[in-house]
Amino acid sequence: MSETLADVDTEQVIEVRDLVTHYGSRQILHGIDMEVRRGEIMVIMGGSGSGKSTLLRHLIRLERKTSGSIRLLGRELDEMSELEFYAFCRKLGVAFQGGALFSSMTVGENIMLPLREHTNLDQMTMQIMLRLKLEVVNLAGFEDLMPSELSGGMIKRAALARAIIMDPALLFCDEPSAGLDPVVSSALDELILRLRDALGMTIVVVTHELDSAFRIADRITVLDQGNVLQIGTVEEVRNSANPRIQALLNRRFEEEVVDPDEYLARLTGKKRSDSND
Amino acid sequence: MAPADESGNSAIARLENIGRSTTHGIEQFGYGASLFWQSIYWVVMGRFRSQRVRAAPVFAEAMEAGIRAIPIIGVLSMTIGIMLALQGIHALKMFGAQHQVVFGVALGITREFAPLITGILVAGRSGSALAARLATMTISQEVDALKSMGINPVRFLVAPSLLAMTIMVPALALMADFAGLLGAGLYIAPEINITLSAYMDQTIQSISVDDVMHGLTKSAIFGVLITIVGIVDGSSVTGGAEGVGRVTTSSVVHGISAIVLTDMIFVFAATR
Repeated sequence: MSETLADVDTEQVIEVRDLVTHYGSRQILHGIDMEVRRGEIMVIMGGSGSGKSTLLRHLIRLERKTSGSIRLLGRELDEMSELEFYAFCRKLGVAFQGGALFSSMTVGENIMLPLREHTNLDQMTMQIMLRLKLEVVNLAGFEDLMPSELSGGMIKRAALARAIIMDPALLFCDEPSAGLDPVVSSALDELILRLRDALGMTIVVVTHELDSAFRIADRITVLDQGNVLQIGTVEEVRNSANPRIQALLNRRFEEEVVDPDEYLARLTGKKRSDSND
Repeated sequence: MAPADESGNSAIARLENIGRSTTHGIEQFGYGASLFWQSIYWVVMGRFRSQRVRAAPVFAEAMEAGIRAIPIIGVLSMTIGIMLALQGIHALKMFGAQHQVVFGVALGITREFAPLITGILVAGRSGSALAARLATMTISQEVDALKSMGINPVRFLVAPSLLAMTIMVPALALMADFAGLLGAGLYIAPEINITLSAYMDQTIQSISVDDVMHGLTKSAIFGVLITIVGIVDGSSVTGGAEGVGRVTTSSVVHGISAIVLTDMIFVFAATR
């Protein structure tokens, strides 16, 4: 781990510059700047509505940005044609929050799907690769079950296995420990650490779980209301003087400061002439 | 605020709503058309773009939407045939022309009733299932997962269904032709004192290949419409399980409306 950290500074796997995005007419991200280095685990942290999920969706081109630049593995995302991007996706793995396993396929078929669609490997080889990845995520022997027969933690692990079946250079995990009990969730954290150490992947994890973030992160990006509050190591974030970060860390609810006129306007349902968002 | 102003506001709001739902409708229509062309593109070009449309899901869909629908479509087509015969004889008796019923029923079933009842049943069985499946997949991020794996969702989800439906709906309509004509014959033959084989002969003389093709071409279009409407409605889902229920219901209504409207336009164009 120390040696991977030593030479990471040389290469940026993800480079986001001044990313601005809208959902309809509402602005979600207000100019995000961040980069992820090769071989590191970057945790994107923030409360609900901070824009962390939106940022992830932009990083895997599920949404189109308003302005700014996103470079993955040295390539500008929006400059790729559809077909180029489909080919590029083989270098990416994504584990979605709810697993997103196809409910009509068995666990094994789910995990083998990228292989089946993108390679010409024979069934035998695919089966071997499937069992290999199942071993990695501790799900050996579960390939013939349907996703509906799995528990929450098993679904997440199966989704992780599907995300890494093509041995991607870059792995994205959306809320890997959300909705799981502490034991299962820390097992998943261990798994993510192991993936990075064993396979040398660069991993981006989006989470709001502090414990998990501090356990796995090399660096943390803290988002708040569509802005980057801080990017730094676990220690730097922990010791941050920023009141909003401290509020997030101490699970303190911060009262929104409301001006009385605005409050009255809200109650009567009338917009003030100088509407300032 | 003055009341006049209020009512003016609500009128504008109403107009705004009409405008919004109109643009939404046009948008959905355009989306459907683009899905159709994209599906054809992937079916033809997929193999050269390493995005091959596979045969297995086409067969699975053909099995589910086609073969499994045979019993219900057979029974209902027969019923429709008998119903047409009853109505035809009742109406023609007034002119003492009940022997002409064979002609009317034969044309009615092959040109209109068999394709229509097939379309409506398939829309109810498979159009809704398609919408529900796509809606569930959208909500559980399965469609996003496909994209993130570098698999085109249109190629993977839409094209196989479209292919299966365009083949199976005309096939079902052809079967409905036979079932309907048989049902009508079972009632007509004893009623006007001819044998069943004489009825068959008269039927074959009454209809031409064009009449059958008219019905089958229509049903191929119905198959496309049912699929596209199901997919467009399904992928427009918002909210959770409740949203899935909503789009499933609306896909049946939209699907049947699309079929009936297209039917009228098609008949108008074909008979001019």
